Amino acid sequence: MKPSIDQIWEWLDAVPDPEIPVISLVDLGVIRDVFWETDVLVVKVTPTYSGCPATSIINLDIETALKAQGIEKLELRRQLSPAWNTEWLSDKGCIKLEEYGIAPPQTAGGPAKCPRCGGTDLFRISQFGSTPCKAQWRCQSCLEPFDYFKCI
Amino acid sequence: MTRDEALFQFLLRLGDNTLVLSHRISEWCGHAPVLEEDIALANTALDLIGQTQLWLGFAGEVEGEGRTADNLAYLRDVWDFRNLLMLERPNGDFGKTMMRQFLFDAWQSVLLSKLLSSSDTQIAEIAEKASKEVAYQLERSAGTVVGLGDGTVESHNRMQEALDDLWPYTGEMFLGDEADEVLAQDGIAPDAASLKPDWDELVGGVLKSATLQIPSTKFAHKGGKTGTHTEHLGFILADMQFLQRAYPAASW
Repeated sequence: MKPSIDQIWEWLDAVPDPEIPVISLVDLGVIRDVFWETDVLVVKVTPTYSGCPATSIINLDIETALKAQGIEKLELRRQLSPAWNTEWLSDKGCIKLEEYGIAPPQTAGGPAKCPRCGGTDLFRISQFGSTPCKAQWRCQSCLEPFDYFKCI
Repeated sequence: MTRDEALFQFLLRLGDNTLVLSHRISEWCGHAPVLEEDIALANTALDLIGQTQLWLGFAGEVEGEGRTADNLAYLRDVWDFRNLLMLERPNGDFGKTMMRQFLFDAWQSVLLSKLLSSSDTQIAEIAEKASKEVAYQLERSAGTVVGLGDGTVESHNRMQEALDDLWPYTGEMFLGDEADEVLAQDGIAPDAASLKPDWDELVGGVLKSATLQIPSTKFAHKGGKTGTHTEHLGFILADMQFLQRAYPAASW
């Protein structure tokens, strides 16, 4: 019997993002659709940034996780449009990001508060960071630098 | 020239622009003036490589001879590259690198905004993806040009020199040819010259804030779009293509 689509979403929600392992691929919003085409399971995946090196690892992790659950016929399809944006991050994912020390994206364009001390006197060090999806900021209260998940 | 021949040329131009510039700015990795700028340039290079994979991947599909994005990047020689001459110029100092980045980002942002409504769905989709990245890069390169242009006497003078040196290479962006005309007729891509007013406005505004003077010369170096390159491109390819040339079909 084919597993239900809800069941598959649940399995995918247990696959961690390779770069930020506290959130799942579902939290990240890169899984756009899951459906059966007769006996083949189709998963549509969108890249966060076009050059993000994690994209191929993400595909591999999805494949490994679903094969482990007994899915034998699987097809991963790349979906470019609509382009990934940070509004697709789940609320659960944003909370986990902050707990992990990464300020979640804000539509205002910068972090709302320091993920360590909650300070709001913040300074942008660089528009880029250790991965394509992050920028570097510093809290002027606790003086600690932190990652900010870029809003795009 | 058929529609597919024109489309192949156009996609090579887009993909070669991002590939060659990506390689150039990756040369800063480990050498930029401060760590944050080093990381920023490497990240920008990464975005450009991602865009290259999309454009050249599609070029290979359109050509229909089984060539992948990697084949096109690593196994063509200088005369088959279609990038703008400005992008293969040596980096110069950090300010000059950022000036070139800004002039190109501005052009890309204007071009991609038009390609969003391309009659070719795949071009429109790639443009949608790339334009978000380019908007972010433009914000940074424009900010750096203003910061350095309107900075110290030293940084201002260096940025003015960079602009004077690069300006004659910007004209090529707006020179159309037969491939551009074929695609413009089909609503696939805009006519090259039609991008100039928006670019002039964008670039003019930023350079004014940067207290820099736009050079008066109208001279435009050209040739990149049709494969006549400066001597610099050969050195880039020798570096970039070495592995695939020395060990054909080597894979990671």
